[in-house]
Amino acid sequence: MLRLPRFSYLRPESVAEAVQILSDYGARARVVAGGTDLLPKMKRGQIEPEVVVGLGHLDDLRHIRPTGDGGFEIGACVTLTEVVSNPLLRSAYPGYVRAAGLVSSPALRNSGTIGGNLCVDTRCNYYDQSYEWRKALGFCMKKDGDICRVAPASATCRAIASSDTAPAAISMNATVVLAGPNGEREVPVASLYQDDGQFYITKAADEILVSLRLPEPGKWKSSYVKVRSRGSIDFPLVGAAAAVHMNGSLVEACRIVITAVGPQPLDVSQAAEPLLGKAIDAAILEEVASEAAKPARPLDNADLSYVWRKRMMRRAIEQAIREAVEVA
Amino acid sequence: MTNVVNETSSDLRVVGKSLPRVDAVGKLKGLTAYTDDMELPNTLYCKLLRSHHPHARVLSIDTSAALAMEGVAAVITGDDLPIKYGIMPTSQDEHALENEKVRFVGDPVAAVAAVDEETALAACKLIKIEYEPLEAIESIEHALLPPSDEPIHDYAGPGNIHRMGALEFGDVDQGFENSSHIREDIFFYEGNTHLPMEQHSAIATFVGDKLTLWSSTQNPHYVHRALARVFDMPMGHIRVVAAPHGGGFGGKSDPFSHEMAVCKLAMVTGRPVKCTLTREEVFYVHRGRHPVLMWVRTGVSEDGKIMAMHFRTALDGGAYGSYGPASMLYTGALQTTTYNIPAYRFEGVRVFTNKAPCGPKRGHGTPQPRFALELHLDKIAQEIGLDPVELRRRNYVKPYTRTVNHLRITSCGIEEVTDRVIEASGFLNRKRRLGHGMGFAISSYMCGAGLPIYWNKLPHSECIIQVNRGGVSLYCGATDIGQGSDTVLATVAAEQLGLWPTDIRVVSGDTDLAPVDLGSYSSRVTFMAGNAALQAAREMRDILVDAVAEKMECSPQEVMVADGKVGELTFEEAATLAQEKVGVLSTRGSYAPPPNIGGRYKASGVGPSPAYSYSAAVADLDADPYSGEIQLNKVWIAHDIGRSINSLAVKGQVEGGVYMGLSEAMMEAQLYRHGLHKQPSMLDYKSFTFFEMPEVETFLVETVDLEGPYGAKEVGQGPLLPVIPAVASAVHDALDVWVDEVPITPDKIMRALDAKAKGREGRYGPKNFPKISYPSIVKVPPFDASSSPF
Ligand SMILES: Cc1cc2nc3c(=O)[nH]c(=O)nc-3n(C[C@H](O)[C@H](O)[C@H](O)COP(=O)(O)OP(=O)(O)OC[C@H]3O[C@@H](n4cnc5c(N)ncnc54)[C@H](O)[C@@H]3O)c2cc1C
Ligand code: SF4
Repeated sequence: MLRLPRFSYLRPESVAEAVQILSDYGARARVVAGGTDLLPKMKRGQIEPEVVVGLGHLDDLRHIRPTGDGGFEIGACVTLTEVVSNPLLRSAYPGYVRAAGLVSSPALRNSGTIGGNLCVDTRCNYYDQSYEWRKALGFCMKKDGDICRVAPASATCRAIASSDTAPAAISMNATVVLAGPNGEREVPVASLYQDDGQFYITKAADEILVSLRLPEPGKWKSSYVKVRSRGSIDFPLVGAAAAVHMNGSLVEACRIVITAVGPQPLDVSQAAEPLLGKAIDAAILEEVASEAAKPARPLDNADLSYVWRKRMMRRAIEQAIREAVEVA
Repeated sequence: MTNVVNETSSDLRVVGKSLPRVDAVGKLKGLTAYTDDMELPNTLYCKLLRSHHPHARVLSIDTSAALAMEGVAAVITGDDLPIKYGIMPTSQDEHALENEKVRFVGDPVAAVAAVDEETALAACKLIKIEYEPLEAIESIEHALLPPSDEPIHDYAGPGNIHRMGALEFGDVDQGFENSSHIREDIFFYEGNTHLPMEQHSAIATFVGDKLTLWSSTQNPHYVHRALARVFDMPMGHIRVVAAPHGGGFGGKSDPFSHEMAVCKLAMVTGRPVKCTLTREEVFYVHRGRHPVLMWVRTGVSEDGKIMAMHFRTALDGGAYGSYGPASMLYTGALQTTTYNIPAYRFEGVRVFTNKAPCGPKRGHGTPQPRFALELHLDKIAQEIGLDPVELRRRNYVKPYTRTVNHLRITSCGIEEVTDRVIEASGFLNRKRRLGHGMGFAISSYMCGAGLPIYWNKLPHSECIIQVNRGGVSLYCGATDIGQGSDTVLATVAAEQLGLWPTDIRVVSGDTDLAPVDLGSYSSRVTFMAGNAALQAAREMRDILVDAVAEKMECSPQEVMVADGKVGELTFEEAATLAQEKVGVLSTRGSYAPPPNIGGRYKASGVGPSPAYSYSAAVADLDADPYSGEIQLNKVWIAHDIGRSINSLAVKGQVEGGVYMGLSEAMMEAQLYRHGLHKQPSMLDYKSFTFFEMPEVETFLVETVDLEGPYGAKEVGQGPLLPVIPAVASAVHDALDVWVDEVPITPDKIMRALDAKAKGREGRYGPKNFPKISYPSIVKVPPFDASSSPF
């Protein structure tokens, strides 16, 4: 088997202590929650922390509780399985919960956390390989090298945003609470990511994701559609989250967030404009989906052809909107 | 002679029952010790340093820093293992560790033994190798061109051609002339790998002058021979044990670098040395399904009778010979065991490329042409307006006949297996709905290769049964790789001795303790080792019966052997009685295939088998006309097993074959990019999960073969074969497009749909078959019927 490299494991007593460790060690430290993303990557030499800081045991990160304003706060170390089996979350945020339920496999959802899922590394089949493989091919910009292997002309890494829950959270206007050396701050999930597969997350290296805050759903109904090669295990080849606010049979508002077609989830809600004030019908839906899928830029760094993935984006968006309305 | 369809086997007591395997409890409880579970005192751990280049000359290797590292016991390179080996006598082209040149990314160059894996890995990183890169050959087309610097190997040729063959049986030109309809098609079958659950592992000791290797190998006898060659040692000083297996599927049939390396390191250090491959390394060890490009031309008469067929194949062999010469011939050998082809021409070529070496995988060399052949016949049926099942039936081979390429067909349930799946699936009156499709295909497979891998006149399988104070031990070199051969051998003997299979201790896969069986390949074990065991068991039964008859003062015919009793005595009493009378109770059995099963022309060694199994499948699926995504609904499969020795185990093999076939048909692909394996991990190399697997309904047809043990034939490989073309055919049925390439992925279907929407041919697949200078055709005279009863 692939072996884990040597590292020191620290077990802080509090979030504050964890933050302190991160600021002490800087880039040499990494937090670990469920470890389902970090540990395989350490085995392949994609991430090489000297110090791994455990968070999973901290009670402060393990709550699911209603917020004063009708929403919910979920601690970063709540597992995906816990989210999926929570009836309150299930009825308030069907899209988010469905996304959580579609992550990898049951065993991985039992360890994988919601915080880890929001922070999950971007993916690329030139990068998600062992050290020896990457050495044989020649390293790439994201780790140990200086050019992009899939898009050599690109100035930035185009590794793929692969979190299933991120687009669903964004479609609900969710925020995250980050704790850093200067205390806590709350930022929209949408602003957590940027268009760069290497530096994909805007959170500072010494910040810890403490919780996810989902606002009161109100009339927002949501769904998430994931396209993958197989019915389990696989990362999204295309993902589309939709949230719809219906007024009778008419669409009052609609948000669409797509993922796995570039380095960050993309909010493409403006494409939903033709739907507003109208009833859902096939023709408008098709028009909206085509428009919403336009910014999708899949490359040849995941499974199946990128032409196919691009086309599946349209379908996923259509289906996500339809499903969200059906819930409504 | 007629075929008996006998599904009850009520005359037999244990044969045919659905019983748990003899090794089931140990495996379920996690008590079975696989190679990697073995812990010997003082063991060192080995890691191999593998090439980072697809094709390069090795200029120098400096191991000094690695050797100097604390915890490192030894470092070896090709200089320490200069003798080449290979599974076939004609392709002894592998060094355990390459020191002249490397031929694919993953080719081993050095091996380290250290106190633990971590140290061994760190030491590997300290080994300095200077390479001079050479042009890498990545495709069949590329390999057919003259190499720009040098060929991958300095034998065979010209260029990167490994092997070619060209044979003709009957008058093909005349056959085409007499045809009223002729069609040509081109197909491609992408390579894929075995994906056994257990990664290869080996551990060796060298004590005194005796070398012992425990390994997850399918063929301890061939590994034994290879070790004797590489270490220039007498076979009597070497013992190879095939440890309990976590799956082979053909992937553990060659002698391997890591096996050679642990042996050498054990010799150098005097300590046990173990090497367990990572999953990524298993992808490099490979020896899996060859990518094959195929061209086929068939002429049929007005009423759909095949008049002539011309089949061309080009195989991408990867970096080494492996079983390649046989693989190449297999792509042309078994077309004739299902259809009566009066005139048949085959031309094949295998080329070397700079990829992990290909070899045998379940169905060895035959799933690719079977896919092509069945789809090709579907197209012909469509063109001449004949139902595809009817077209096939008009050409089915008959039992007890000779094929045009001289193969002896005996029991043959081809009609029966067809009937079963056609009736059960309602294929002929299927209801049409948008995007729904059903496909039918048939196939046939060997029950053991008629010839051993190296030429010799010894039996192919040998067995000893010993009864000692009432306990029964069965010794046979056969290797249970998870297919259940220990259970089969125990059941065969138990039936004769009136015992349960679990009453019999099977000692198998050990070159010291058991007589030779050639190995677990070509679906040979039930038929060959089963016959050897049957012979030994019958003889033992006779000894016991005679002793009891003497005591009872009755004739041996009056002594019943059943339910743990021999006559009126318990088995133990009878055994004691016999032992008092004759001393050591030991009987022997052996099996060699009859000499008349194949032809006598050059290259006739591939294809003959003492019997052939037959399988038929219908696949039912829904296909999405927008995305090309497939939802499999159900597979019906019928298999002519001859006689099932253990119905539970047989069904398990059938379903396993269907699973593997579906997974190959729809997603598995050993792809390369920039000279590297594209996805050497179980996450990225896609294979079926529970979610993709549809319901499977299995029918066993028993034709009771006259030469098989209790009439048994094979099941390990055959049932995979019809599944792949059945899926392809169903996709066409659903969407009216052809995907002439495996795997049939949604993006390929989408391309075919797009082509159709644009008014072009609704097809995805290879457009050209390269021009290949095959050797001149050898015209083989017809089989001399006077030398054989049929
Ligand atoms: C075979 C396989 C299949 C998978 N399939 C999917 C899939 O389909 N969809 C999908 O979305 N994911 C998938 N994953 C990835 C992963 O399992 C999930 O994303 C999971 O939710 C990650 O959570 P974790 O707690 O295990 O993260 P970890 O591995 O512990 O951490 C992941 C990253 O986030 C950082 N991190 C974790 N928690 C925090 C925190 N509180 N604050 C700051 N940083 C933090 C870590 O430092 C690390 O960089 C798969 C993984 C595997 C191995
Ligand atoms: S997108 Fe380019 S830079 Fe980023 S991981 Fe892939 S190959 Fe490397």
